[in-house]
Amino acid sequence: MERILFGDNQFFGVNHVSDEKSRAQMMKFKEDKTILRTIDIAREEGVNTFMCTTHDRIGNICDLIRQEPEKYKGFNIYPCMPYAHKYANAVTELGIVGTLKQYVPGNFFGSLFKGGMAFVSKDYMAMMELLIDAEMKMFKGINVPVIFIQNVLTDLIMGLGMKDVLKEYHEYIIKKHNAEPAYITMNMPMLLDMLESVGIKNPIICSSINIDGFRMSGGKELYEHTLKTREVRGIAMQVLSGGATPVKQALQYVCGLPKVESILFGASSRGNIHETVSLIRQFDAEKK
Amino acid sequence: MVRVALIGAGKMGISHLAILGAHPDVKVVGVADTSKIVTDVLEKYSSFECFSDYKKMLEKTKPEAVFVAAPTKYHGTIVKELLEKGIHVFVEKPFCLNVNEGAELVQLAKLKGVVNQVGYHNKFIGTFEEAKRLMNSFALGDIQHFVGEAYGPVVVRKKQETWRSKPEEGGGCLLDYASHVIDLVNYIVAPINKVHGALLKSIYSGNVEDAVYALVETNNKLSGVLSVNWSDETYRKMSTTVTVIGDKGKLIVDATEMKIYFKEDKCPPPYTKGWNVKHINDFAEEVAFYLRGEEYSAQIDYFIKAIEGKVPNNKNTFETAWQTDSVIEKIKNNKN
Ligand SMILES: NC(=O)c1ccc[n+]([C@@H]2O[C@H](COP(=O)([O-])OP(=O)(O)OC[C@H]3O[C@@H](n4cnc5c(N)ncnc54)[C@H](O)[C@@H]3O)[C@@H](O)[C@H]2O)c1
Repeated sequence: MERILFGDNQFFGVNHVSDEKSRAQMMKFKEDKTILRTIDIAREEGVNTFMCTTHDRIGNICDLIRQEPEKYKGFNIYPCMPYAHKYANAVTELGIVGTLKQYVPGNFFGSLFKGGMAFVSKDYMAMMELLIDAEMKMFKGINVPVIFIQNVLTDLIMGLGMKDVLKEYHEYIIKKHNAEPAYITMNMPMLLDMLESVGIKNPIICSSINIDGFRMSGGKELYEHTLKTREVRGIAMQVLSGGATPVKQALQYVCGLPKVESILFGASSRGNIHETVSLIRQFDAEKK
Repeated sequence: MVRVALIGAGKMGISHLAILGAHPDVKVVGVADTSKIVTDVLEKYSSFECFSDYKKMLEKTKPEAVFVAAPTKYHGTIVKELLEKGIHVFVEKPFCLNVNEGAELVQLAKLKGVVNQVGYHNKFIGTFEEAKRLMNSFALGDIQHFVGEAYGPVVVRKKQETWRSKPEEGGGCLLDYASHVIDLVNYIVAPINKVHGALLKSIYSGNVEDAVYALVETNNKLSGVLSVNWSDETYRKMSTTVTVIGDKGKLIVDATEMKIYFKEDKCPPPYTKGWNVKHINDFAEEVAFYLRGEEYSAQIDYFIKAIEGKVPNNKNTFETAWQTDSVIEKIKNNKN
């Protein structure tokens, strides 16, 4: 994985500390081209990996990228799935069964239903696999070396104690998509325990890691201890914890942590992108 | 360990279940849902014992506390049964569809001395808490007016019907969205006890309202406006805001930000004259397990702590949720 990953929250008005900013961002990134231009700015700064949701508009961005294979040679996308809003909205409207019928491709579901519900129950994993394949379609022809499960789903599965689902996901991503399975979570130490319990070693885990201890469930000390003593390929996100601490101090903190292989950040202006990237490179250089 | 069961594992219930499953002081003893696909998946991949009939579950698992997240029309009946058995109850909002039934349950809960809480999670959000604290200290002086608003993209085109589109089952923007705003105004400003007029507008829904606009008054005679619309797709998700203006300043608070303006230097520290902006990360308290916002974990933790006797049972009680139900009823009765 690259040291610095570029994220997509800013493009879709996902802002955890200000509804007002999030609206302003939605206005700014109304056009797909504006999004791609910002990705290009990050590439100019040497950041060649874009980590993103499977939002419909990312599909449009992928189309644009495919049109210029030369320009985007060596460019990577790390998808994070599912785009939960899509399914949550569908469940409100269509119910669980209706949603599955709508999104599970082909007539897989139709034929199973003829046999009644009992028959369906055996194939939830096959259904999950079809849903993953469906979400992966938009990335066809693009380098996708790592695939994430979104934190809402990872943490839901974890809270429900569904270890085997994580294991099946893990194996499927390797086998079918020839990529590294990875996890976003708000509960990193707890997730690591669960993954290890089903035999998954040294997993890629992306979680909030910041000097303020913001959204680090179980506490900052526990996270630091986990990074220091255990096998994990960490990705730090929300490193600026939404702007509570000066950028420099915040980045110095994450750059100094062991096992944080990559740092994920999002920004919408050239100035902010440049500042973040240069500071990370500077602190990394000082370490050596 | 508190022995907890869940009734209704739909969108809200499954979220409660995951948080309960990860809670160190909780043992989930059973999950009841009438949907086969829900219990099937849970039985197959989780270790929870599942039931299609909640009565059977209660009999067999003998929980000390139960979370009720079945559709709203069932709240009254289920909660009553639980109270009669002396079980602590956490029920989703809105509390009851019928105010008389709700009043009876408030009394019954008192009589039985059980812990009772309703899922108005906004009260566990740091920005709203801080707003409440400032209002309690009369930081804004004499209040002149308030506005409670919520907007979001629930129904943005004509949709297939579900229980959400049936008024008699607890559907509609008033029960779903406006209830949160009313409850928050009751908490931060003062309990609303009069409705001077209300508009309930259908935009895309056939049988229920998609927007609620109302002119209201609190029990200490403050005037305010409620403006709620769940058919506004310019919002990515539900956004709830309370604005209060007084003779010493003005407050605008939502789940992510609290902005407060003071006219004079004399204001509660650390605030200063002019605008002050605070963000959720200035207030958010760490939770042991995070699923979808600190508040969802915090409200469950509070309920469990109340059962353990570590905190008083005074947040989101049946009584305050019933007050919210009463305002809902008044809005219905005063619609133009
Ligand atoms: N706090 C909030 O912001 C919030 C958000 C959403 C929903 N809610 C409330 O939560 C409750 C449930 O809403 P939802 O969105 O999860 O609905 P839902 O339809 O997704 O889930 C309801 C679940 O209850 C099950 N059920 C129905 N009748 C039952 C019965 N008799 N016994 C056991 N299970 C039964 C259904 O099969 C379904 O799985 C409602 O009262 C709603 O107002 C609150």
